[in-house]
Amino acid sequence: MTIADIAFFAFAFTVVAAALFVVISRNPVHSVLWLILAFLSSASMFVLLGAEFVAMLLVIVYVGAVAVLFLFVVMMLDVDFAALSAEMAKYVPIAALIGVILLMQLALVFGAWATADGVAVLDSPQATPEGTHNTAALGMVLYDQYFLLFQLAGLILLVAMIGAIVLTLRHREGIKRQDVLAQMYRDPAKSMELKDVKPGQGL
Amino acid sequence: MADLIASNLGTLLLIVLQTLMVISFVMISLLFLVYADRKVWAAVQLRRGPNVVGVFGLLQTVADALKYVVKEIVVPAGADRTVFLLAPLTSFVLALIAWAVIPFNETWVLADINVAILYVFAVSSLEVYGVIMGGWASNSKYPFLGSLRSAAQMISYEVSIGLIIIGVIISSGSLNFSAIVAAQDGDLGLLNWYWLPHLPMVFLFFISALAETNRPPFDLPEAESELVAGYQVEYSSTPFLLFMAGEYIAMFLMCALITLLFFGGWLSPIPGLPDGALWMVGKMAFFFFLFAMVKAIVPRYRYDQLMRLGWKIFLPMSLGWVVIVAFLAKFEVLGGFWARWPGAGL
Repeated sequence: MTIADIAFFAFAFTVVAAALFVVISRNPVHSVLWLILAFLSSASMFVLLGAEFVAMLLVIVYVGAVAVLFLFVVMMLDVDFAALSAEMAKYVPIAALIGVILLMQLALVFGAWATADGVAVLDSPQATPEGTHNTAALGMVLYDQYFLLFQLAGLILLVAMIGAIVLTLRHREGIKRQDVLAQMYRDPAKSMELKDVKPGQGL
Repeated sequence: MADLIASNLGTLLLIVLQTLMVISFVMISLLFLVYADRKVWAAVQLRRGPNVVGVFGLLQTVADALKYVVKEIVVPAGADRTVFLLAPLTSFVLALIAWAVIPFNETWVLADINVAILYVFAVSSLEVYGVIMGGWASNSKYPFLGSLRSAAQMISYEVSIGLIIIGVIISSGSLNFSAIVAAQDGDLGLLNWYWLPHLPMVFLFFISALAETNRPPFDLPEAESELVAGYQVEYSSTPFLLFMAGEYIAMFLMCALITLLFFGGWLSPIPGLPDGALWMVGKMAFFFFLFAMVKAIVPRYRYDQLMRLGWKIFLPMSLGWVVIVAFLAKFEVLGGFWARWPGAGL
């Protein structure tokens, strides 16, 4: 067993254990923290595969942004998770059914599935072509080979973003906003008046 | 077989030794950085600053650290014990592991990986967890408010830092620090560095670095006048020390990043003088001095002003700069002033 193998088994075990704890831990905040551990371990497995760019993206996007959002929501929402998990027994049969189906599919894929001859090339574990960096290879594929599709995906995301803004935007009347530029260009001579107050007289 | 084990063990020992060297460099600098920080504020405010422990008070930080370590750790009632103690550890460890990819000289780097910048960016995007976890696990109002503020702040300024870094990456055509510094090498010394082609972004990066590390004028998470000390309220003893150390190490890392990205790393500013790690450390110390001066001079921002600055000014400016740099690099304007990957202009 090489060092890479040992590292793989350590990370794989961590992913599975962390995922298990996401489901069974009682405190929802702990669940999110376990989820973060699962993300980090899977990122490490990408590194082991030689796909370091994807690994870093996984950490930046999922752990650095998405999981922070999860954590926020879970901390702020006052959901009684104890009551929710008490109802879990009701869903056990259907969950077991889904689990069995997934297991059967996995068994099919890895056990009895017959594949064509050319497939072996497709699932080869080499992430980077010879003589180039992982990042450069990804860039070539995204920006040169599939340029239009990439732009199309970006457009779809833009539409989704605009949709979210339109749905939540509301113009309220009568609220005061700070206009920084207007404040900076105020003229002291116009907005301020100095008066010489005589003692005992007032204004 | 024995040979193999010996060589594996040798590699392991070598890695451990190198790591220890970098960690001890960072920790020893930390001791004197805290001291320097306090001395600079003192000088600005016409005070003397620490001057009792050791010669000129140089050992003040050592005394402070010892004091923290021997105090009792108080865990508040109702706090989530595990997460409460995990938070400062996260903060400290994450600040430290980012140094793995920082080169100090041509080949002086622990891990010379292809995606070094992304690694630093990923680690610094994780640093927000120490703050959130600390604020939540304290089970108290002020720490929680502080941690919410801090999370929003760090996420906002990370966006502009990321975009500024993309500009530098476009110019150098690499995500590796050594390649980025190599791209700044040239006959003109100082004038070859990226601060000149990327001038507006140097200021933006410096300000974003202040916000990202929760330094004044953006120290809203720990604004002592309104939130007591933010997420650190309930912390005492060694956990507090870890938070403090993590904060300073992250700040020093930002100094290293500015040096590497815009000020030529270990390259000498004057053509003819030899390059070396001393330049790198000197530049980092200079930027740390600027950090300390900002704390002494600039008053604290209000929260809505902070958010406005991040999202309405820095984000459009840095995004626009990415587009501009992409054009300048693609068409090799000024003989490839912005395009310095191997095979391009300069």
